[in-house]
Amino acid sequence: MTVDVLSFAHAVATGQIRVIDLTQTLTQEFPTIVLAPELGQCAPFRIEEISRYDERGPAWYWNNISLGEHTGTHFDAPIHWISGKDLPNNAVDTIDVAKFFAPAVVIDCSKECAADPDFALTIPFVEAWEARHGKIEPDHWVLLRTDWSKQSFTDYANLRDDGAHTPGPEPAVVKWFVEQRDVHGFGTETIGTDFGQGHHFNPPFPAHFYMHGKGRFGLQCLTNLDLLPPKGAVIVAAPLKIKQGSGSPLRVLALLS
Amino acid sequence: MTEPLARPKRKNPLQRTRRPLSPQAVRSRTAHGLTAAAAEGRFALQVCESCQTVIYPPRDCCPSCLSLRLPFRDVPRGGVLIAETTVQTSTDPYFRERTPWRVGTVKLDAGPVIVAHLHGDAREGHRVRLDFKLDKSGSAVAIALPERDTPNMADDPHLREMTCDPKFRRVLVTDWRSPVGQAMAKAFAEAGASIVFVGIADAWKPFPGLEALRKIAPVEIVPLDVTDTESVAEQAEQNGARIDIVVNTAEHVRSGGIVDRHGLTVVREQIDIRYLGLVRLAQAFGPVLRARGADGVNSAAAFVNLLSVHALMNWPEFGSYAAAEAACLSAAQCMRAELRPGGVKVMNVFFGPLETEWFQTVPPPKVAPAALARAVVQGLQRGLEDVFIGDVAEDVRARLAVNPKALEREMAS
Repeated sequence: MTVDVLSFAHAVATGQIRVIDLTQTLTQEFPTIVLAPELGQCAPFRIEEISRYDERGPAWYWNNISLGEHTGTHFDAPIHWISGKDLPNNAVDTIDVAKFFAPAVVIDCSKECAADPDFALTIPFVEAWEARHGKIEPDHWVLLRTDWSKQSFTDYANLRDDGAHTPGPEPAVVKWFVEQRDVHGFGTETIGTDFGQGHHFNPPFPAHFYMHGKGRFGLQCLTNLDLLPPKGAVIVAAPLKIKQGSGSPLRVLALLS
Repeated sequence: MTEPLARPKRKNPLQRTRRPLSPQAVRSRTAHGLTAAAAEGRFALQVCESCQTVIYPPRDCCPSCLSLRLPFRDVPRGGVLIAETTVQTSTDPYFRERTPWRVGTVKLDAGPVIVAHLHGDAREGHRVRLDFKLDKSGSAVAIALPERDTPNMADDPHLREMTCDPKFRRVLVTDWRSPVGQAMAKAFAEAGASIVFVGIADAWKPFPGLEALRKIAPVEIVPLDVTDTESVAEQAEQNGARIDIVVNTAEHVRSGGIVDRHGLTVVREQIDIRYLGLVRLAQAFGPVLRARGADGVNSAAAFVNLLSVHALMNWPEFGSYAAAEAACLSAAQCMRAELRPGGVKVMNVFFGPLETEWFQTVPPPKVAPAALARAVVQGLQRGLEDVFIGDVAEDVRARLAVNPKALEREMAS
């Protein structure tokens, strides 16, 4: 099959292929993951004006920014987790760039999450989804639509005395995604790919443990997943080329024909 | 009896804000011995080591025995107001707009006769307490206070000109999340501040006690994150022109030294929250504070820095924390010079370990946040520039004065 990239570009330019932005704007206010205070913390997004057509630079405006690899909408590379630390090409600078393009399935559990912030995705839930939409094909992103991106920041982080209460996958379903469905990676609207109370699972943080342990990727803090069909979108998610980077903020785009 | 200060009316927005003026500030190097005493609220004069004569004004040579050894010592402040007069006009622009202004001559029990400003309740022929205060120029001046406290005496216009009394002033407490911030909000409400703006960063993080905070009458909760330049600038744009006292309560206490620490993350956070946070606040709020130094009875008055006493001498157990505090101390010295033209004081309050979570492993004595807050309010009421609160702070300062090198070694053990 011959594929003509110019036709693709033309289709994008003319709107035959729609491009949807799945990225949250990088702002200082957007919640960053919070760990126990004695642990190292991810830096929030910060911006400092270098000049704005003023005495510091008369004809130009620019900023210095600072942030963590896991601030805002970001990509997780396998090296991020201890289970993926020894895999080949496991950092953002060494991952095969072709992997930054992949189709996606979108599993909608927004109703369940609206009723229960501790909604945990299970194998039966995904099997029921497959019964309606067909089997998840290999090398697809699995994106979890929770509509969490529509929450206020307080409800988005939803921190309580016992930690975050946000939806995410059970260990079994993550393992099953990797071993039985050979997925490309797992993406969420929440602050991380894991269940808010995921540190109580075995293994703790299963989305990180299983996905990265098998060289799969993560995307989090996504938005606009409600604009995507259950199947048929192609995701463009190319992280910054950070030397041995564990992840990177990035622009995530979905292409729809 | 002093007329109690009336709650200032809302400012007429059509009226020009008067520019701050300073009284004459030139002092000899020796005379700054008085500045040092006034900055800490002590009453000290030179006492000749050879003949014990108490000397005023400051001199480089004893007028009775010609000795050159004239250290400043705390001396009794009691005396008699032997004569007074009222200045009706002046060629000095500062006093010109403040006349009539009473001055008098006080014969101190300790010996010298001193020309002093007069509190309204100080009466000719009566006993008085003499005090040194920093005036709007930052220089020490003498003021005679009534022998015993009188009702509303802090409201005396001459005295209030030399203090930073929070009464009827609007205060910004920059970070409410620390126990110190919470204690501070309460203390300023009790001290009669008309508004206590309380900054809260990351409003999406829970803050237990919010309901209690809301119940404190003059409290207004505002979004403020000292690590975010834009957030600080926005708060200054919104409320800067009606903030008279800034109290920076942002802190980042973490144990650990410089060599014995894994990586820079915590060090960077300490610098960002403490030093850069201070610079952000200074840049955003400093210019408008300085411009409002003569804006009526609720003029801009002070910027308060809460500093670990280990800014003066590093404590390796909390070594990188102490280093960030030292940076803040240095910045505060710069801010003093920059804010002085507006008559705005920079008050540094030094303390040792606090009775807070991050000093959990440190044995007492520790300073309770409420005690620190009280010290801040009292320091402002007295118009101080340097306050040491608690045994550790006093101890470090005393040992530093005697032998800094010994203290350095001792802090390491």
